[in-house]
Amino acid sequence: MTEPENPRPLRLLIADDSNTDRLILQAMLRRQGHEVQAAEDGQAALKLYDCWQPDMVLLDVMMPRLDGVEAARQIKALAGETLVPVIFLTSLTDAGSLAQCLDAGGDDFLPKPYNPVIIEAKLRAFDRMRRMHETLSQQRDLIKARNEQLLEEQIIARRVFDNIAHTGCLNAPNIRYHASPMSVFNGDILFACPRPAGGVHLLVGDFTGHGLPAAIGALPVAEIFYGMTSKGFSGPDVLRELNQKLVRILPTGMFCCAAFADVDFRQGMLRFWNGGLPDGYLMYKSGDHQALASRHLPLGILAPERFVAAMEEYRVEPGDQLLLMTDGVLEAADEQGQHFGERRLAETLGARPTGASPVDHLVQAVQGFTGSARESDDLTLLGLRVTGQDPVALQSVSAARSAVTGPAFWRCSYQVEGQTLGQFNPLPLLLHVCMAVAGLRQHSGEIYTLLAELYNNALEHGVLELPSGWKNGPEGFSRYYAERERRLARVDGHYIRFELEHRMEGNGGQLVIRCQDSGRGFDPDAPEGEGGTSVYAGRGLSLIRQLSSGLSYNKQGNQAEVVYDWELSENGG
Amino acid sequence: MNTKPHLDEEALAELRDVMEDEFDILIQTYINDSRERIQSLHQALSENDPDAFSRTAHSFKGSSINIGASRLGDLCLQVEKAGREGDLDAARQVMAPLETEFATVRRLMEDALLA
Repeated sequence: MTEPENPRPLRLLIADDSNTDRLILQAMLRRQGHEVQAAEDGQAALKLYDCWQPDMVLLDVMMPRLDGVEAARQIKALAGETLVPVIFLTSLTDAGSLAQCLDAGGDDFLPKPYNPVIIEAKLRAFDRMRRMHETLSQQRDLIKARNEQLLEEQIIARRVFDNIAHTGCLNAPNIRYHASPMSVFNGDILFACPRPAGGVHLLVGDFTGHGLPAAIGALPVAEIFYGMTSKGFSGPDVLRELNQKLVRILPTGMFCCAAFADVDFRQGMLRFWNGGLPDGYLMYKSGDHQALASRHLPLGILAPERFVAAMEEYRVEPGDQLLLMTDGVLEAADEQGQHFGERRLAETLGARPTGASPVDHLVQAVQGFTGSARESDDLTLLGLRVTGQDPVALQSVSAARSAVTGPAFWRCSYQVEGQTLGQFNPLPLLLHVCMAVAGLRQHSGEIYTLLAELYNNALEHGVLELPSGWKNGPEGFSRYYAERERRLARVDGHYIRFELEHRMEGNGGQLVIRCQDSGRGFDPDAPEGEGGTSVYAGRGLSLIRQLSSGLSYNKQGNQAEVVYDWELSENGG
Repeated sequence: MNTKPHLDEEALAELRDVMEDEFDILIQTYINDSRERIQSLHQALSENDPDAFSRTAHSFKGSSINIGASRLGDLCLQVEKAGREGDLDAARQVMAPLETEFATVRRLMEDALLA
């Protein structure tokens, strides 16, 4: 704010009932290059002020009609937020009268006789003050407008964000969570999505940084997480894609600490991955705790070829609790700046009353610790109680506006061969092909389950020849999976072929799925899984029968054919 | 005794410089206003109105100081004070010297105009 060399001429209003004094002042001010208008009393001065809007006002104190003090008061009121310096012209000398002038909002005095040098200096000083005030007001208004714009944008961003990064199935009866309303702008994310064939994917994350930059990264994460999960992709597939995407879009130094859980209720299985978040906890019904520590770097750091998406597997039973959290819990500080910390966390979890939700219990403890010092918290927690059945009713994908959109009559064949059997999961792709039929979308869960059961049977029993009986008991279970890994390395020459065939009929259609493998086949009529073992531990054939209108095998037992009849549901969704 | 000049030559020269063509008008205005003010002072005295008296004296003082008639300004201040104190008798006693001083100032001004 440097003063211009030649400040623009000022518009000056003077008011004095003494003709002589008015003439002299007017002449002096004009001579100094200013625009001047003169009034003979306070009333006339007010009128002139209103229509001419001068930069400064010079008022005689004693005037008929409206005196200077009152005129000054009214001019200041009219000026509002604009700074209009008022200078009193006076030959008064007693301090009391001078003080009264300042009380009325006057800014200074000009004594008689008038001295041109002093007048010029005073006007220049007041002009400087006036312009500084003007600049400040403009900047304040600008900041205010920008701030309002920013808030508005945040609200819009929040709305967009909520549409994309919705809370998925966080409201399922067995899920408890806590997140501050503005957690988006803390960089915390909290997502849950049911898998098409049952089970659920959970993702808790914490982006480095705060505000908009942290929130922006959450959008692609949400898209990928929800999109891929509901298309049937596995946890490692989703994790790999998330990491790859974040590596590509996030600037160096920015990443996302995350914990990913895949809970399969039917199988009683938790698969877990933790990259940089505090320990998660698997709290068994028995009271034992299993810490789920971070064994990976956060998402968005490692190049895709170095990223490890393998998930740890834990058996779980109904009543077990899973607890995930961001570091907001450990870093929650009390008024003395002390952190909640791991010791308090362990104590709190240990003291949880039976049956209480670990989320509620922990949030209460942390809030009690921090006291009322903080209005908002940075706590993001997610708890899930393992249940015997899928607690998340498959969200009926809103039925297509017209069930006849998409392909009505088609067939396709897709074969996975050799090493690809061990590396690639063809189920999302096959589901995607089927979902092109609009009317089939509301049955995506069942279709996926059928495809998954057929594929797993073909791979694990047909190609790998793993005996399903192994899966009974914890030892056999791990042996089963170890053997599975070993045999997957030797699948040269093997294949699994899917043939899909669809046709439209009346108010629905029929999908026929044939799945053939290169194995030796089996005897489908031999009894299986009837000795009280779980259906899943067998070949899951009863599940397929339950979901479809028919299941048949060829003689050799290496090709299954499933017929799935569908109708458009009445309620349209 | 008051040693101030009847008319401050330097101040007058400055005014002449500032006012340029309007200098004559300024002097005429001052002389006319002052005559009116002296009449107003007499009227206030006859009506025993110390408030109006001191107010007029105040304005008279301001103009006189501004135009360089300092000694007249001092006399105005004297009567203004007396008026404000309600002592119109004291004010009356200063009226004659005040009018004499104005006559002197007026003569000097008219001389200046002719110069």
